[in-house]
Amino acid sequence: MDYTAAQSGFRQQPNMRLRNSSVDGPDGSQLFDDTSAAGPGAQGVYRNQQAGPQAAGLPGQSFLSDPMSNLAMVYGSSLASQGREMVDKNLDRFIPISKLKYYFAVDTVYVGKKLGILVFPYMHESWEVCYQQDIPVAPRFDVNAPDLYIPTMGFITYILVAGLALGTQDRFSPELLGVQASSALVWLIMEVLVVLLSLYLVTVNTDLTTIDLLAFSGYKYVGMIVGVVAGLLFGKTAYYLSLLWCCAAIFVFMIRTLRLKLLSEAAAEGKLVRGARNQLRMYLTMSIAAAQPIFMYWLTYHLIR
Amino acid sequence: MAFTLYSLIQAAILCINAVAVLHEERFLSKIGWGGDQSVGGFGDEPGIKVQLMNLIRSVRTVMRVPLIGVNSVCIVLLLLFG
Repeated sequence: MDYTAAQSGFRQQPNMRLRNSSVDGPDGSQLFDDTSAAGPGAQGVYRNQQAGPQAAGLPGQSFLSDPMSNLAMVYGSSLASQGREMVDKNLDRFIPISKLKYYFAVDTVYVGKKLGILVFPYMHESWEVCYQQDIPVAPRFDVNAPDLYIPTMGFITYILVAGLALGTQDRFSPELLGVQASSALVWLIMEVLVVLLSLYLVTVNTDLTTIDLLAFSGYKYVGMIVGVVAGLLFGKTAYYLSLLWCCAAIFVFMIRTLRLKLLSEAAAEGKLVRGARNQLRMYLTMSIAAAQPIFMYWLTYHLIR
Repeated sequence: MAFTLYSLIQAAILCINAVAVLHEERFLSKIGWGGDQSVGGFGDEPGIKVQLMNLIRSVRTVMRVPLIGVNSVCIVLLLLFG
C-alpha cells in the first residue's frame, strides 16, 4: 500500500479534497457500476416493438406526421433539457451533489463489514483510508472510508424504532414521530457545529470535511437501535447491557478513526509525543469520542421504561 | 427534549447577538482580548485565545448588518405567532 506517499500528501493538503473529480473516476475505480451497456440495446428493441404495433394498429392517427406539432414537440423537448441543465447547474452550487455522490457509493459487502466494525471494532487492524492519486477511494473499495448511507438509514430506523417503542407503551401519536425526528436532528446539528468550532479553535490541520463529521456523528445511531431493540425484546437489563457494549464499541471506533486524522503522525503511531499542542489534540479526540456514548444514552433512555 | 429546528435557529440568533454586542475598545481591550493583541504568533501555533479573538472579531465584522434583518424578522415572527 502506498502508505508513505499518502502520508506526505496528507500533510500538504489540509483543505477539502477534490472529491467531485472522482465522480468520473480514475480508471478502475468508478463510483458506480456502469450498467448502461445493456440498457440502450434493450430499450431500443422495446421501443421498436412498441412503435411497430402502434403505427400498424392506428393508421388514422396523423398526430406525429403534422409538421407543426412535430416542430412544437422538438422545441418543447429542447426547452425541457435546457431547463434541466440550468436547474442542475444552480443546484450544484448550493448543495454539492457530486461530492455527496461519493458518500453513497456503497455496496452490501461494505455495509455488512462496516456494521460489524461498529459493533465489534476490537479485531480490526488497519484503520487508514486508502488513497488513489490523492483522491480518497470510494467507500465500496475501502472499509475505513466514511459514508453517509449507514448514518441516513440509521437515523430513519431510529425514528421508526422510537415510534415502535412508544407504541408498546401506549404513548404513541403520529406527531411524536416528527418531534423525535427533529429533536435527534437538532442534537446532530449541534454536535457537528461544536466539533467544527473546536477543530477551528485548536487549529488542527486535517482533511476532515463537514460531511465526514456528519458521517462519524451518524454512526452512533446503529448502537442506539441495537440497544432499544434489545430493550424492547428482553427488558431493561438487556437494554443497559447492550447499550453499554455499543457505547464502548463506538468509543473505541471513534478513537481509532479520529486518531489518524487529528493527531500528528508520530502520535498516531503510538509513540508518546510531548508538547501542549499534541496533548490538546488528544483531549479533543477523547472528548469527541466520549460525547458519543452520552448522546446515545440521552437519546434513548426515555424510550425504555 | 422536544426541540424543533426553529428553536435551534432562535438559539443560534441569540448566541450571535451575544457575540456581536461585545464592544472592541470599551470591553475587550479592558480584559486583554482586544484585536490589536492578536498579532505576533507567526509560528504555526496561534493558540486558542488568539483564535477566539479572531473569531469574535470576524463574527462582529461579518454579521453586523445581516443581524439587523434577521433580528427584525425574528421579532415580527414572535409578535405574530408567540
